[in-house]
Amino acid sequence: MGLLDAKVSNRNVLVTSVDNVMNWARLSSLWPMGFGLACCAIEMMATNASNYDLERFGIFPRSSPRQSDLMIVAGTVTMKMAERVVTLYEQMPEPRYVLSMGSCSNCGGPYWDHGYHVLKGVDRVIPVDVYVPGCPPRPEALIGGLMKIQELIRMEGLGISREEALKKLAEKSVDAQQVLDQTRKAAIA
Amino acid sequence: MSPAVLESKAAYDIIKERFGDAVSEFDANPTMPFFEVLDASRWVDIALYMRDNSLLQFNYLACLSGMDYPEEEKLGIVCNLECIGKYTHKLAVKVKCQRDGGSIPSVSCVWHTANWHEREAYDMYGMVFEDHPDLRRILCPEDWTGYPLRKDYKVQETYHGIKVPY
Ligand code: SF4
Repeated sequence: MGLLDAKVSNRNVLVTSVDNVMNWARLSSLWPMGFGLACCAIEMMATNASNYDLERFGIFPRSSPRQSDLMIVAGTVTMKMAERVVTLYEQMPEPRYVLSMGSCSNCGGPYWDHGYHVLKGVDRVIPVDVYVPGCPPRPEALIGGLMKIQELIRMEGLGISREEALKKLAEKSVDAQQVLDQTRKAAIA
Repeated sequence: MSPAVLESKAAYDIIKERFGDAVSEFDANPTMPFFEVLDASRWVDIALYMRDNSLLQFNYLACLSGMDYPEEEKLGIVCNLECIGKYTHKLAVKVKCQRDGGSIPSVSCVWHTANWHEREAYDMYGMVFEDHPDLRRILCPEDWTGYPLRKDYKVQETYHGIKVPY
């Protein structure tokens, strides 16, 4: 439920809960930590470029962990880099969110078997809220992931923990195959 | 032999004349003609000679790669040398050392490019380069165990408490 769905009386008085306003404010000004690790980062930069216009969601990369609330892990996390990623994560204020972007960051990607130097999934060192699959994911996919983060923020609240919000999100999950089929059908029609 | 290989052969002949048994026979393969330094202790002399002799002028070290020869119990390097300017000849030079605790003289004083290349070869294969000014790992973390490009390399189980294999 968005803020604009709240009841507005004819005297311009808005009646809503504090939770709702707080969450709306948080999700409308997400500041991702501005760093990229490998090829996926190029796609992340493209997403931030003007033709995808992330700023319409209030999302703009922030170059300091102290003011960021979202970490986009974009690309291959090497063992050497893993500890630096953890340091950055720890420097971010709470509540903070992590979006893992691309196969490398999700599970080691093309290096999952023979890459001795690659962390096989960033969730081995920091907790991840949303995974975006792909190698690399297109900007649309990343935007989809960011919107999932926003949904997650909207569901959190006083007395509703992150776990519960994630559970609620999972209930609303859509079958990927179904979406694909529908898209295909629509494309043919 | 193609004209290019003939050129390399001519360059090799000059080196062979000067260093005799310290270098192997010429291998005239068309992709990259090469010879091996049989007496590794003379490698720096050979390198200096190849760089400074006016008929050779191998002033460009295009690449220096490491090699593992487990069946020979050896490690080695392959240096791709070229001349920029006067000549167009190219030669690869191989130098080998013992697989366990072996060392190869460093040529980072001859071609400065060799500095990082030798660090990389050391990082990946574990041979020591004598007289290298700064022989530290360059790609792996400094406290990494083992040498990843050796053919019998087994990845470590954990690194700083993080699980490494899939
Ligand atoms: S997932 Fe693919 S595109 Fe992304 S960093 Fe890994 S290899 Fe590059």
